[in-house]
Amino acid sequence: MKKQKKGNDGQQTVNRPVLTGFFAVLSVVYLLPIVMVLMNSFKTNESVSLETFALPTSETFVGFANYVKGMTFGNYPFLKSAGYSLYITVISAALILVCCSMSAWYVARVGSFFSKVVYYLCVFSMVVPFQMVMFTLALTADKTGLNTPWTIPIIYLGFGSGLAVFMFTGFVRGIPLEIEEAAAIDGCGPIRTFFMVVVPMLKPTLISVGVLEIMWVWNDYLLPYLVLDRTKYMTIPIHIQYLKGSYGHVDMGATMALIMVSIIPIIIFYLTCQKHIIKGVAAGAVKG
Amino acid sequence: MKKLKHDPAALNSKLIRRPIQRCFWLFLLPTFVAFCIGFLYPFLQGIYLSFCKFKTIKKAEFVFLDNYVTALKDPGFVHAFWFTALFTITTVILINVLAFAVAYALTRGIKGSNLFRTVFFMPNLIGGIVLGYIWSMIFEGVFSHFGTSLLLKSSLGFWGLVILVCWQQIGYMMIVYVAGINAVPDDIVEAAKIDGATGWQTLKSIIIPNVMPSITICTFLTLTNGFKLFDQNLALTEGRPFIQQAGNAIKTTEMMALNIFNSFYASGGSNRGIGQAKAVMFFILVAAISLIQLSVTRKREVQQ
Repeated sequence: MKKQKKGNDGQQTVNRPVLTGFFAVLSVVYLLPIVMVLMNSFKTNESVSLETFALPTSETFVGFANYVKGMTFGNYPFLKSAGYSLYITVISAALILVCCSMSAWYVARVGSFFSKVVYYLCVFSMVVPFQMVMFTLALTADKTGLNTPWTIPIIYLGFGSGLAVFMFTGFVRGIPLEIEEAAAIDGCGPIRTFFMVVVPMLKPTLISVGVLEIMWVWNDYLLPYLVLDRTKYMTIPIHIQYLKGSYGHVDMGATMALIMVSIIPIIIFYLTCQKHIIKGVAAGAVKG
Repeated sequence: MKKLKHDPAALNSKLIRRPIQRCFWLFLLPTFVAFCIGFLYPFLQGIYLSFCKFKTIKKAEFVFLDNYVTALKDPGFVHAFWFTALFTITTVILINVLAFAVAYALTRGIKGSNLFRTVFFMPNLIGGIVLGYIWSMIFEGVFSHFGTSLLLKSSLGFWGLVILVCWQQIGYMMIVYVAGINAVPDDIVEAAKIDGATGWQTLKSIIIPNVMPSITICTFLTLTNGFKLFDQNLALTEGRPFIQQAGNAIKTTEMMALNIFNSFYASGGSNRGIGQAKAVMFFILVAAISLIQLSVTRKREVQQ
């Protein structure tokens, strides 16, 4: 359907050079902030604050010095923060995908009172802003010992399960039951039925939800800030906020270099999985 | 939202239901336990603590509605509410109008549409804290030429935040609108064209009514995003500039989420119950908006 549409449009409106030109200019303007960060990450500190928009000259160009400095800036190695960020994001997203798709299958296929309660609780949790639970969640995490990077994915699973279970349940309900019944008649137990029959059909939804969770956890600032012990563990957003927030004199060049380093993986991730990301976002918007 | 076509008998198919129920501990229990730790228990405790005066929760003293009264009398909180409301209305209008215009233009078959979409969507993937610092560098670079700063005038802070959020969210809403516009059946548009409708008439009478569901979704998404905004606010202005008003320091660009955060962690924390009471009111506000969204979306679905 989409292809057909494109074909039609292509026939009707081949020549719109003015609009194309306009959007080309707009795209460049849109990318300017990121280009500015890249440019300033190669300049001296004074130059970043005084001549933000000037290209680096032979006097203000410092090469990769800001990047080298940034890596150990603020008495905390940046790579350590990046490692924690990566670990927390990957494990949390994987945990949410596995646990929530399983729960959603249970909720969709078992019509008991309890599964209805779980479903409505999940829907309810979607409308609760994080500020409502942030203080007590941090207390609970301390009390249960879940306040380390190794265990924080469990907190993410708990807080993020509402949306994930909701989206998966909606999808599982659309799968015809006969397929699973056939598997059951052939002697498939529930575990095998789920992983061999249901999961392959869930694949598009798994990707959509996965993209949403990865974007959420990777960029999340407040939850890890409140739950983790900040003197020992930082994630990238916490690290960047810490650099800017706690110093009287901010090293702008190094900050720009770190911002650049933290954006690059996102851009690579985006350009490689662009199709899935955009699809996931559209699906998430419709459901959420 | 899809219409759910399952009859109750199928839901309870014995072939499937019994064996799954036996594996309750595997399928449902882990998520449910995590849900209780990560949401349910903190939520209930939060409601209870909003009625208590406490600094550490071991010494919580039940005071019923006192915290709510104090919170509503707090000029900083009231200011944050109006600031947030004004900000949200501004961004809802700007983002939706611009995103729709871009989406409409990019579904006309212009060369390079896909590339433009890719570019416009990209800022969405960057986190709020990083976005805040990128724009703070740019705004300071501009304003320093005029001898002022983002942190000196609250109107600059307001518009700075608006620009930042527009830059971030237009791409996201554009994607939703593109999906909506692409779903408009070609034959209606074709029929309108044969009947001699101009481009503007087609847009007004065919496209806009048919993408109403997308418009509803985007309106409420931008609405809740506006109310819940935190990271960008923290990174860009942190509430500055502060002014003195009748003995109270008001953070003029502080939004509700940041105000709640500060009542917990910044202001000495003499009574955190006030912060919790603010959080409960904030929750009710956001939940009310979401419920209105749900009912509006449902109504539209019935009509279609």
